[in-house]
Amino acid sequence: MIVAVDWAGVAQQVVSGLSSGGIYALLAVALVLIYRATGVVNFAQGELAMFSTFVAWTLTQHGLAYWPAFVVTVLAAFAGGIVLERAVIRPVEQASVLTVAIVTIGLFFVVNGAAFWIWSPEVKSMPNAFSTRPIRIAGVAFSISDLGIIGVSLLAVLLLWLFFRFTKLGLAMRAAALNPDSSRLTGIRVSWTIALGWGLATALGAVAGLLAAPPLGSFDQNFMQPILLYAFAGAVLGGIDSALGAVIGSLALGVFLNLLGTYVSWVGTDLRQAAALAVILVVLLVKPAGLLGTAAVRRV
Amino acid sequence: MPLLELRSVAARYGALEALHGIDLSVDEGEIVAVLGANGAGKTTTLRAISATVRTSGELVFAGRPLPRRPEAVARAGIAHVPEGRGTFAELSVDENLRLGAHVRRDRAVVKADYDRVLQRFPILAERRGQAAGTLSGGEQQQVALARALMQRPRLLLLDEPSLGLAPTLVTEFFAVVGELNEHEGLSVLVVEQNASIALASSNRAYVLEVGRVAVAGTSADLQRHPAVRRSYLGY
Repeated sequence: MIVAVDWAGVAQQVVSGLSSGGIYALLAVALVLIYRATGVVNFAQGELAMFSTFVAWTLTQHGLAYWPAFVVTVLAAFAGGIVLERAVIRPVEQASVLTVAIVTIGLFFVVNGAAFWIWSPEVKSMPNAFSTRPIRIAGVAFSISDLGIIGVSLLAVLLLWLFFRFTKLGLAMRAAALNPDSSRLTGIRVSWTIALGWGLATALGAVAGLLAAPPLGSFDQNFMQPILLYAFAGAVLGGIDSALGAVIGSLALGVFLNLLGTYVSWVGTDLRQAAALAVILVVLLVKPAGLLGTAAVRRV
Repeated sequence: MPLLELRSVAARYGALEALHGIDLSVDEGEIVAVLGANGAGKTTTLRAISATVRTSGELVFAGRPLPRRPEAVARAGIAHVPEGRGTFAELSVDENLRLGAHVRRDRAVVKADYDRVLQRFPILAERRGQAAGTLSGGEQQQVALARALMQRPRLLLLDEPSLGLAPTLVTEFFAVVGELNEHEGLSVLVVEQNASIALASSNRAYVLEVGRVAVAGTSADLQRHPAVRRSYLGY
């Protein structure tokens, strides 16, 4: 039983949970982006983020500081996502959702294997993105790193939202996802909007990986796999076809898992993934559309 | 020289051939109607033009072979209001109209066209921020037409615009199309089940029967044609 509530501790854990949740949100939005454009969950999303992170790690080994490496990697990931879609997904564009899903599962293993082949299996560590000192707000010490991660994740999602909401290309991409046939009739090159979606999703994943790696201390080629699971749980919780839902779901999940791990002693860190799976299961059983998703899947 | 010319165009869905080689043309500034029963190949004719169905034969638009990808057909200057209107139900009226101008680069003129279109359809100006799917059938038909006009097409393809509309709205719709044709020189190819309004609002017409052109002529002649009267006009 908790007798006296340590509110400062709770606040710290909430912020720390939001920071994890921000990373899940980036990857969850990437999943939603591709799901809306093609009706498929991209199982390779996490591995692509891992690959991008290793590219950035290599850049830092060659003397680049964290943030320049970050910018270069995110741009490269955007281009890489487009190339990958053209090379691997385009050939199965007309195929069934199942076929495309299996291709992304294949991609998962290929990217993972390639990363082990290119980079040795020993663990790596990434320079810090933010100051490791704490900052005191209202007498409570918060981690600058946590606050920085929350800020960058939300900024990335906000930029993406502005792009979709206010640019001509963003509108065309939304239209192409909603109604590809009508979009073609208005002259939209639907096939290219899907490639662009892959580019944006891969770039978003790179941001997630690059924010997630430094606080881990050390990471290897499998470090994004639990994060993909959390992102998937966040997206399912929010509604797999709603970007806003995915953000809210991921942030809520981050906080929930962190509080659960801290205050329910037998969960600790070992059962976090099991808890995320339980969230997926409960949502799918109780409210399959999630918090903000649309109830029926219209795609046939 | 006709604006659009189809020479022995056939179209197929998989193994099923739905059009068996038709000849059809639309001159600049003309309204041409395509009539026929269900399954005669009316919709397929439009889909053949916009390359949303596999075709063979020759399609020439403005003196050039018509491209065989839908987005390229749109870019060549053909706007297609398909069966079911092709409205983006989840997007706002404003977004639907802006999508219509997707292929255009002349921003300033697009802005002017946008204002003009809203002047022509004042109800859409009122509903600008509303999701198009929440509008009434007649209003959605206006969105579809307005969106097509935003493309500034040289040729407008209309698939059964009367479907699901009250008779007064049908008359109103064809009046707007006639006006666009008269004042802005818009060429139109319209597919219709409602033969009387289609013949009354067009210069020429084709009657399709099981994927072939059965009768063709001026709309005035077809209105007097005994077989057409019996089968399609009902008197």
